[in-house]
Amino acid sequence: MTRKQRRLTMICSSLAVLAVAAALVLNAMRDSIVFFSTPTMAAEKQIPPGKRFRLGGLVQPGSLVRGDNLAVNFSIADGSATLPVAYKGMLPDLFREGQGVVAEGALDASGVFKADTVLAKHDETYMPRDVADALKKQGHWKDDYGAKPGATAASAPVQGTVK
Amino acid sequence: MIAEAGHYALVLALALALIQSTVPMLGARWGDPALMNVARSTALAQLLFVAASFTALVMLHVASDFSVVNVFENSHSMKPLLYKITGVWGNHEGSMLLWVAILALFGGLVAAFGNNLPLSLRAHVLAVQGWIAAAFYLFILVTSNPFLRIASPPIEGRDLNPVLQDIGLAVHPPMLYLGYVGFSISFSFAIAALIEGRIDAAWARWVRPWTLVAWIFLTLGIAMGSYWAYYELGWGGWWFWDPVENASLMPWLAGTALLHSAVVMEKRNALKVWTILLSILAFSLSLLGTFLVRSGVLTSVHAFATDPSRGVFILLILCLFIGGSLTLYAWRAPALKQGGLFAPVSREGALVLNNLFLTSACATVFIGTLYPLALEVLTGDKISVGAPFFNLTFGPLFVPLLVAMPFAPLLAWKRGDLLGAAQRLTAAGIAALVAIAVLFAWTHGGATLAPLAIGLAIFVIGGALSDLAERMALFRVPLATAMARARGLPRATWGTAFAHAGIGVALIGIVCETTWNSEYIGTMKPRDVASVAGYQLKLDDITQRQGPNFREMIAQFTVSHDGETLQVMTPSKRNFTTRDSSTTEAALLTRGASQVYVSLGDTNAEGAIAVRIYHKPLVLLIWWGPVLMAFGGLLSLSDRRLRVGAPKPAKTARALQPAE
Repeated sequence: MTRKQRRLTMICSSLAVLAVAAALVLNAMRDSIVFFSTPTMAAEKQIPPGKRFRLGGLVQPGSLVRGDNLAVNFSIADGSATLPVAYKGMLPDLFREGQGVVAEGALDASGVFKADTVLAKHDETYMPRDVADALKKQGHWKDDYGAKPGATAASAPVQGTVK
Repeated sequence: MIAEAGHYALVLALALALIQSTVPMLGARWGDPALMNVARSTALAQLLFVAASFTALVMLHVASDFSVVNVFENSHSMKPLLYKITGVWGNHEGSMLLWVAILALFGGLVAAFGNNLPLSLRAHVLAVQGWIAAAFYLFILVTSNPFLRIASPPIEGRDLNPVLQDIGLAVHPPMLYLGYVGFSISFSFAIAALIEGRIDAAWARWVRPWTLVAWIFLTLGIAMGSYWAYYELGWGGWWFWDPVENASLMPWLAGTALLHSAVVMEKRNALKVWTILLSILAFSLSLLGTFLVRSGVLTSVHAFATDPSRGVFILLILCLFIGGSLTLYAWRAPALKQGGLFAPVSREGALVLNNLFLTSACATVFIGTLYPLALEVLTGDKISVGAPFFNLTFGPLFVPLLVAMPFAPLLAWKRGDLLGAAQRLTAAGIAALVAIAVLFAWTHGGATLAPLAIGLAIFVIGGALSDLAERMALFRVPLATAMARARGLPRATWGTAFAHAGIGVALIGIVCETTWNSEYIGTMKPRDVASVAGYQLKLDDITQRQGPNFREMIAQFTVSHDGETLQVMTPSKRNFTTRDSSTTEAALLTRGASQVYVSLGDTNAEGAIAVRIYHKPLVLLIWWGPVLMAFGGLLSLSDRRLRVGAPKPAKTARALQPAE
């Protein structure tokens, strides 16, 4: 092989690998990307049942109901709309009523959001950024969100109320 | 007083860094050895002052001096001494100070041990180090000064984020930073080579050990962080494809590629321009990682600082260094001479293939990490790119890489014999096929991909062993001769074998953990028994305990297997009063490389507690693999070639000592 042919082989093989990588990325982009919504946005967009998305907002105070075998029901609110959420499993350490959460899952036929993951950060002043942005946009943001949960949480810790 | 001294030392370090970044450059331009030698003394003095500054901050934390904002916000007088010290880098300001301290340490090492470097190269390298250091000193002094005082000092501090109060934190960030910042050396060497317009095999021989050091620390740092997340965050996951994890994985991938291309450059004087580019990329990705974590553009466990002015400042540093270095590269790289011809099937060719796949994999991680940010800026849509994306892109790119990996060390330089290499891998191939067949028969109708992946891992490990066996001619010569040959093998060869086998070991762990993981989630009352994968866990009792700065609820489980009592496990839930936050302390029971993992949830009104129990088969292999890889790197680092092979300095250069 001449120098030119060798160089050509190298360039072709690198292009081939890059093309494969690009194809993989595009394919994965189509199937495995999850959009973020607030309850208001979810109502506006008419998200069909079964389509996965991330739902963010504040846990509606007083909405947390614990069922048998770690089943949990609560509502996520963003000030203008609420959406009921069903989840089975252990909630994160800092899940609290009135605090921001992000749940990932899909709506079922009856309009309940079946979550398979619930995220909350390990920090008492935490508000998921998506939620904070959404609340700010709708004018529900208060600057004392960072300070407030500490006071309420002291009286109503993670255990919550069993009804 | 200590705080002011620390602050002042940092300002002096900035001044020294400014001198270091200019005077040696001028010296190199004018050919003045005295000016060039300024680099050495300023680098050492800078190290001294940063070390003093860092020590000052440690002392403030240990003394619980709450008149300093940083100590007040992140410490508590009741906190154990160990966490008072590690808390220094458990916050934004302190961790940036650690960053520059490590940068200065690397600069100081080059200055101290770089006596046999050509004088102008050393001057250039240290000057580039000076630029980076100056930029980060400015960043700390302007936006995140750890030595700020409070006008009216409070009596008690706000305590450190409880998840960070763990021995893992003592080790993970410094390791990671040693890796990140270690790549600054190869970056500085690359920029110096571009400025000088000259690069040769001696350059590669110099860069490789530094890259290797950074790579070893980064490997261990990532593994450490992963294990910490596994036992501390309480949900048994070890890798979340969190943007911040990706931020450390990208430099690792680029650095691994750099290690391999530097070999080609050192041995065959080829791939020069590419090696330079990889050096720039590896450090650029480290800077990007720092930006992603420190600017707060991402929300994750790690983003403990969110301040827009800091983000903008780091973004500026990022643009300046990445943009500047790539421009310099575009301008000067064509001037570097190309060397070393080789056939596509050859050791060089295989290493090029390795580079191709590693950089492509790195690019997919890059896209997956930054695409959501870009999309949000451009269209306002919020998306999350999670594990499925990376499994679909990163996974398929790693498969051909792993298949090709055992072949590379068996191919000759310049022109290799693929068939010959394949013959020598027969044993490894057979072992892999047998493993696949046995696993298929054993799991029968279970996951199909898992046995294939384990087969691949066995092939990789077998390939590494075959390479060693081949080199010491095992089974063809008497055992004693083979052993003698084994002792005679270069340590770098052993290093390669260990590092490659480490990948295979980690892969087995990953596959077993994700496929055959069994779990139990439910509520338990005292005297309830849960059984998972043949283990019976009986909840004996739930007790309360007071720790130094937390209250703890401990559940005691007695674990038995086949009627035989093994051990008592005590997972707990800690409530940190100062921050009013809680952490879950998982309990682990190790049996061989497998683990039983218990973590607690909430208690309900009837006194029952939510419990999550996992049995994770061979999970420890996930971290033993990286440890093996790092050990391989260490062996390679101790290779004779790297210790004695560096070019000897010219006599004249030695005679001129810096004025100190």
